[in-house]
Amino acid sequence: MRHGGLLRFAGWAVIGLFLAVSAPARADGLVQADVLYNGYYQSVLGDCSGCHTKAGGALLAGGDPIETPFGTIVPPNITPDVETGIGRWSLEDFRGAMHRGIGRGGKRLYPAMPYPYYALMPQRDVDALWTWLQTVPPVSNAVEANLLPFPFNEREAMAGWNEINFRPGPFQRDPDRSDQWNRGAYLVRGPGHCAACHSPKNVTGGDVADRYLQGALLQGWFAPEITGDAWRGLGGWSEEEIVAYLATGTSGRAVASGPMREVIEASTSKMKNDDLRAIATYLKSLAGSDGARPTPVAADNPRMVAGGAVYRDNCAACHGTDGDGARNLIPALAGSAAVQQEMTDTLARVVIEGVQGASSDKAPTAPAMPALGWRLSDAEVADVLTYIRNSWGNAAAEVEARSVEDVRAKLK
Amino acid sequence: MTNILPRKDVVIVGLGWTGSILAHELAQEGLDVVAIERGPWRDTATSFNIGVMPDELRFAVRRDLFLQPRTEAITMRNNVDQVALPMRDYGSFLPGNGVGGAGVHWNGQTWRFWDSDFRTRSHLVERYGAQAIEGLTVQDWGVTGAELEEYYDRFEYLCGISGKAGNINGTIQPGGNPFEDPRSRDYPLPPMQMTYGPSLFAEITSGMGLHPFPCPSANLSQNYVNPLGVAMSQCSYCGFCERFGCANYAKASPQTTVLPALMRFSNFEARTLCEVLEVNLAPGGETARGVTYVDSSNEEYFQPADLVLLCAYGLFNVRLMMLSGIGEIYDPQTQTGTVGRNYCYQTNASAKLFFDDKTFNPFIAAGALGQTCDDYNGDAFDHSGLGFVGGSGINCLPTNGRPIETRYLPHHTPRWGSEWKKATAKYYSNTLHFTSQGSSYAARGNYLDLDPTYKDRHGRPLLRMTFDFTDNDVRMSDWVSDRMEDIAKASGAPKYSISRVAKGWNSAVYQSTHNVGGAIMGADPATSAVNPWLQSWDVPNVFVIGASAFPQNTGKNPTGTVGALAFRTARAIREQYLRNPGAALVPR
Amino acid sequence: MLGSASFAALSLKPQAHGATVSGALPWKAFSADPPEPVPEGQRLFFTEAEAELLSAIADRIVPADELSVSASEAGCVTFIDAQLMGSYGSASRLYMNGPFEKGLATQGYQGSQTPAERYRAGLAAIAAHVEAQTPGKAFAAWSADEQDALLKELEADKVTLPDGVDGQAFFELMLKNVMEGFFADPVYGGNRDMAGWKMVGFPGARYDYRPFVGQHNQPYPFDPMSIMGNADWVRKGG
Repeated sequence: MRHGGLLRFAGWAVIGLFLAVSAPARADGLVQADVLYNGYYQSVLGDCSGCHTKAGGALLAGGDPIETPFGTIVPPNITPDVETGIGRWSLEDFRGAMHRGIGRGGKRLYPAMPYPYYALMPQRDVDALWTWLQTVPPVSNAVEANLLPFPFNEREAMAGWNEINFRPGPFQRDPDRSDQWNRGAYLVRGPGHCAACHSPKNVTGGDVADRYLQGALLQGWFAPEITGDAWRGLGGWSEEEIVAYLATGTSGRAVASGPMREVIEASTSKMKNDDLRAIATYLKSLAGSDGARPTPVAADNPRMVAGGAVYRDNCAACHGTDGDGARNLIPALAGSAAVQQEMTDTLARVVIEGVQGASSDKAPTAPAMPALGWRLSDAEVADVLTYIRNSWGNAAAEVEARSVEDVRAKLK
Repeated sequence: MTNILPRKDVVIVGLGWTGSILAHELAQEGLDVVAIERGPWRDTATSFNIGVMPDELRFAVRRDLFLQPRTEAITMRNNVDQVALPMRDYGSFLPGNGVGGAGVHWNGQTWRFWDSDFRTRSHLVERYGAQAIEGLTVQDWGVTGAELEEYYDRFEYLCGISGKAGNINGTIQPGGNPFEDPRSRDYPLPPMQMTYGPSLFAEITSGMGLHPFPCPSANLSQNYVNPLGVAMSQCSYCGFCERFGCANYAKASPQTTVLPALMRFSNFEARTLCEVLEVNLAPGGETARGVTYVDSSNEEYFQPADLVLLCAYGLFNVRLMMLSGIGEIYDPQTQTGTVGRNYCYQTNASAKLFFDDKTFNPFIAAGALGQTCDDYNGDAFDHSGLGFVGGSGINCLPTNGRPIETRYLPHHTPRWGSEWKKATAKYYSNTLHFTSQGSSYAARGNYLDLDPTYKDRHGRPLLRMTFDFTDNDVRMSDWVSDRMEDIAKASGAPKYSISRVAKGWNSAVYQSTHNVGGAIMGADPATSAVNPWLQSWDVPNVFVIGASAFPQNTGKNPTGTVGALAFRTARAIREQYLRNPGAALVPR
Repeated sequence: MLGSASFAALSLKPQAHGATVSGALPWKAFSADPPEPVPEGQRLFFTEAEAELLSAIADRIVPADELSVSASEAGCVTFIDAQLMGSYGSASRLYMNGPFEKGLATQGYQGSQTPAERYRAGLAAIAAHVEAQTPGKAFAAWSADEQDALLKELEADKVTLPDGVDGQAFFELMLKNVMEGFFADPVYGGNRDMAGWKMVGFPGARYDYRPFVGQHNQPYPFDPMSIMGNADWVRKGG
């Protein structure tokens, strides 16, 4: 037996299944296929499987737990399974979930389900997504979605949350901007729900509007600023680099890892190139944090001296004495916005426990950073991060051993 | 109780260089492929942590990454009059273990053999007459250098080999190896930056009219993205290559070149810590049905498959054939049988030049960083009247300065005490070391079979190796050692020593892990175990890929040729075998 | 061997045990398996008398002089002790199935004893030999010249030790292990303060010499470092 073996064909296999079992009612097969393709593509844009599919698990049959500041939420099974999935749902139920955060039977959803962003999606696309979801193989997998403590386990409380944080759609075009910019704005603010990770949150967990996409801490990772800011944002990236990063997991100089790696593998690497370009255009147009770039910590500062020695003996063999990294493999640190962010949780984390980078068909390497926490003390990690943040033209605040200690404690 | 597993299209025994190349090619073809690997999964950041790896005791001396004799040993003797005893510890050669195989801990010296090597018998008889090879059982490979060129090219571009072409489509290139066969294009990367030792060696030898050139290296001179999209890094010259996994993606290995692409195929699966016991043949013995293996809990499984690829280390390919009844075991008395025939090795000698006033910094090194002279290799020189055939490359490749094992001292220096300390402190960084790596030509009495006494942990007979250096090879190496002595004299070094080859191969002292032959390829089923596509003559749905196919060895490292043969076999399976599965590609 | 007729009797299981890897390159956080550091002065294997005898022998193999401290001061006995407590000492990786035959020189070590057993027997035999030579006066109390003389005889296979111990082979084992201890990473208990590495100028567990490749015939500027770290990493002041 022969078959196309690449993982990327998985979505198509599902479509094939549908075409084989469903008799077209009104539409002819071609139109039906268009609707299905559109629905599948919406699932890519919205990264449904990023949350609703467990690592190595069945497609959309329930995801790995998500830790929020309010407690743990487990993404439910959204396959058409009648007992444990959404087999009993109607299209109306689905529209309610996607556009208003209200599921079957009037049950309010937690905004970990990014309906505030999905609300911007046109009904046509939501309906197409629904049609496609019917073709996903039903999997029996009961998920207890709500592990939140009181009072957050009260779904009715979400009504109040919506009052504060939820602005229903649809997406409003900016007529003064290009079509490409508008498409990018729609994708980023709408189905792509980038702000869910990259925007700082208010006390209720809603996005802080005036710090849009300026970086936020989530599940032990600091999602960096992705505005057009030249220091901490994407100002130093060309549009081509952003497109390559989202399409393959690497821009050449940067390599995705952590949660962004999952977003790239499940979602952006499957997006159309025009859409990625639109996203890049939009992101680069955003005004950033405009944080005053500090003076770099002096090279003779004792932290820099010690950090430089740690760097020479632990990091330089891969990242290079000049912090240049290696194309598609080892992130460049010189000029990297990611290492100059406000919070250093991600940096400390990857030094201590290591991290694996993204893998895609075009850039399959999945390079990994080795864990070094076994031989570097908190002070040594802090000093090497200080060194990396203040060498080769980089400039950012010193890192305290205490903050490394906090990160390490959470990892254990 | 044997558990029967669902059928696969292809089962691969061993996931090293050849296994991963074949697996990738056949997964690309859409086949369901499973690789069964005796050792553990291994990958760069998880297994070769940069903080853990530079540890000579653990990896070079205790050999953490290697096959342990407890798992599988080999018995040895120098000739049939001796009783073979097990190598209780591996010494003279060190087989690999685990995913990546010996491709994890090789040095990275990546050569092409020459057409005169592939036509050893015909070439030597044509040039020197039949008497030149009297007593030797050298054979032709059934493939020409020109036929293999495109596959060498594929392997070199897969790996990012760093070197300088010597002959592009017949035009000699300055700075390269003038003796090599024509190649279609240059190496993917330029040569590595030379350290002091090889630079001095090049200066000395070129002054003598020899032709030094940079050794083609799988330690990368620059960052690289290979044709599969897999990215690799520039070598950092750490001096922890051979016996170590590379911590920074800078040495070509299955991990750094193929596995990231291979693992994306959902129709590929690797089963690690599982040891294949036998290839199971259908009644009549002309078709393989699959393989039997045990997992780490000693649970036994039968994996049915349409196609069986033996991609283990060459010696273990041969043993598995013998244990499975694939082909007839060679008998040196009658010279019948093909499996086990033409086991060959490598004939190495070395020279050390001891200076008073140099700082070679031997720890700044890489496994394939250095200079080679091929003036006395293969048939690059006229052997008329010399009394031997074959030759040696002369290599100045100071691979490391790891001090437990790499400390050279002039002859007659005490081995301990204050005098030893003084000499060691002086010569550690003052010694220029170079070697001759010589051909090993097949002879009737050098062969592999099954040991009658010693068994492995599963109760199966160990492989028995009967080997000694042939008189031809000793004469050859001795003559090349004289040439090394010429270099030593020309260097002006105040002291030097030459270690020559002598009869009586010693299995306890490390020499080379270039064990070749035993399941050799050829055009004649009477004298070869596999046809020129590496397909078993006897069981056509079994292919045997590796240096086990070499009918004799050249004065070069084998991996480049192993990789080229793997690509060539993959293509033959994709384009010929699958059209008519189960049929012989060459009629018997 | 599976015969085709027996297939029907075999059980059918859809899944194999063992580690199956498919779909992606596996990765795990915190992947690293560094060795456990051997504490200074740890002695788990040798008796006090054995350690004293081995120290005296090791200190003739690597005596203290202007180039370095002695072997025992560099922790070589601690190193050997720890090695003998581990897989090396028990030969757990070696092929130890019989029959055990004498073997030829080209066939390598063919004894049935593990390294730990060889040390126990070898040190006892040397102690007995010494006691026979100089009753009441241990090897450690001999003069350096007397000690060297015995070691040279062992090296040259000119001493017959009691209980069938092969003195030359045991000397070679000690020589090899002392050298390992003197030049291995300090994490294993020997090479204390990197005395062995400093003696020859080996920079230790470093991984990047690119800035120095082109600096031919010039000394390397940095002190050695262990896989467990480097004093330079510790912040000075500030």
